[in-house]
Amino acid sequence: MTQLATASEPHNQANTSGSLVLKNLVMEYVPGVPVLSGISLELEAKGITAIIGPSGTGKSTLIRCINRLVDPTSGDIFFKGQNLAKLKGRQLRYARRHIGMVFQEYNLLERLSVMENVLSGRLGYVSAFRAWLRKFSPEDIDKAFELLEQVGMADFANQRADALSGGQRQRVAIARALMQSPDILLADEPTSSLDPKTSVEILDLMTEQARLRHIPVVINIHDVSLAKRFADRIVGMSAGKVVFDGPPEDLQNDHLKTIYGGEDWLS
Amino acid sequence: MSNAATSNGKRKYVPKRNWAGTIAYILLAAYLLYVLTLFDINLQRMYVGIDRGAEFIGRMMPPNFERYALLIEGMLESLQIAVIATTVGVILSLPVGFLAARNLMPAWVTWPARAIIVACRSFHPVIVAILFVKAVGFGALAGSMALVVASIGFISKLFAEAIEEISLKQIEAIRATGAPFSSVITYGVLPQVMGRFIGFISYQLDSNLRNSTMVGIVGAGGIGGTLFAAFQRFDYDFVSAILISIIAVIMVAEGVNNIMRKLYR
Repeated sequence: MTQLATASEPHNQANTSGSLVLKNLVMEYVPGVPVLSGISLELEAKGITAIIGPSGTGKSTLIRCINRLVDPTSGDIFFKGQNLAKLKGRQLRYARRHIGMVFQEYNLLERLSVMENVLSGRLGYVSAFRAWLRKFSPEDIDKAFELLEQVGMADFANQRADALSGGQRQRVAIARALMQSPDILLADEPTSSLDPKTSVEILDLMTEQARLRHIPVVINIHDVSLAKRFADRIVGMSAGKVVFDGPPEDLQNDHLKTIYGGEDWLS
Repeated sequence: MSNAATSNGKRKYVPKRNWAGTIAYILLAAYLLYVLTLFDINLQRMYVGIDRGAEFIGRMMPPNFERYALLIEGMLESLQIAVIATTVGVILSLPVGFLAARNLMPAWVTWPARAIIVACRSFHPVIVAILFVKAVGFGALAGSMALVVASIGFISKLFAEAIEEISLKQIEAIRATGAPFSSVITYGVLPQVMGRFIGFISYQLDSNLRNSTMVGIVGAGGIGGTLFAAFQRFDYDFVSAILISIIAVIMVAEGVNNIMRKLYR
């Protein structure tokens, strides 16, 4: 619980660093039925945080609240000196530009080329008219090629996204997220649609790129062993609440019983 | 009580008779018989009718292309009406279709847009053409405007339905980049629906071409006027020439349509 030592001045701290502070976050899709019932977390400006928990426990909702793809019912989200939970309109869009996101089913623009998909990471910075004409700046295009190189997809720049395999798609999706020059990377079950080998490769790529850029990563993940292998910190959720928070080595079978319920599956 | 199992343990399946459906079919058949009696069909009428039909077709043959200048002029006007009506109709349908898509717009926007679509679809193009002839006078302008209305009613609805079927995942991803709403449309929505839009547009061009040969009957320009005049003057050989030309044009358009669809697949 070392993080709590700085919690006395969360606002001040949020101003000076890229830490992410969630305070008493509540989300109800149906009034009176909270999916998230008061989540408070403080994530450092670096490192990999894995959120584990059973299906339907609010992991995806939590991660979507951070960039406001889903609007929280109440609570605060402090990041880079702003309360993301209170932003509206243009301010919200400007805040989203600095939050990269990777999805379970890649969410690529299927009918567009790999290059267009990566460049779409700049859409928050480019005027709608220039975007429509595909007039991205030469720097953006150079950067896109560089990122495609880094994720190992340079040869596929002109292919349509729907011609790629799952692992290749997720690589392109990672390049798109990095194209935003994000201050934080969110990943919602990035490996759930991939085979075990590709899953490891994708997590390797994502964590390596994040460390190079000194940005924190928040990953929702089903696979407990992958979470333990890649994360610096594990947050266990159950029924919309945080029930475990600590380094991977501290995560014991007893915790897993609390998170997922039952024990027969642990043998 | 159940008719699924019998006492000796064997299961039997007896389909349930839909009595409401059976009665509805009997009533429908009775109504059809009643309507047929209204037509006063009898052998004598048939005999006379076949005779007249043969004479009519005889006077249509051979088709007479002597007044080809009139024919070509009318045909070109019909083509122009169809092309202009499709172009303007599509340009106006795009915003209406987007506003009517319930997955992108709130209810207070989709309802007025849907009202526009329903209003445009309510009347047959010929009725709308009569209104425009009264409003702007005889000629191709009235016909074009009538078909613009018909196009809006038809394509906006198809546009809206295509947009409602897209995958929201791509939209979510674009929203997450901080893109403005218009970029969400051009990247998240348009690429998903463009292929289908092209299909709808080429279908509407086809339909407008057929309708543009008809609005002339009420004086709204195009080959229809020429056709109607030929009918009234009993120039049946010229009538058949016009009909053959219309068939030829529609067939050519069909070919062009197929090429268009292949190009945008």
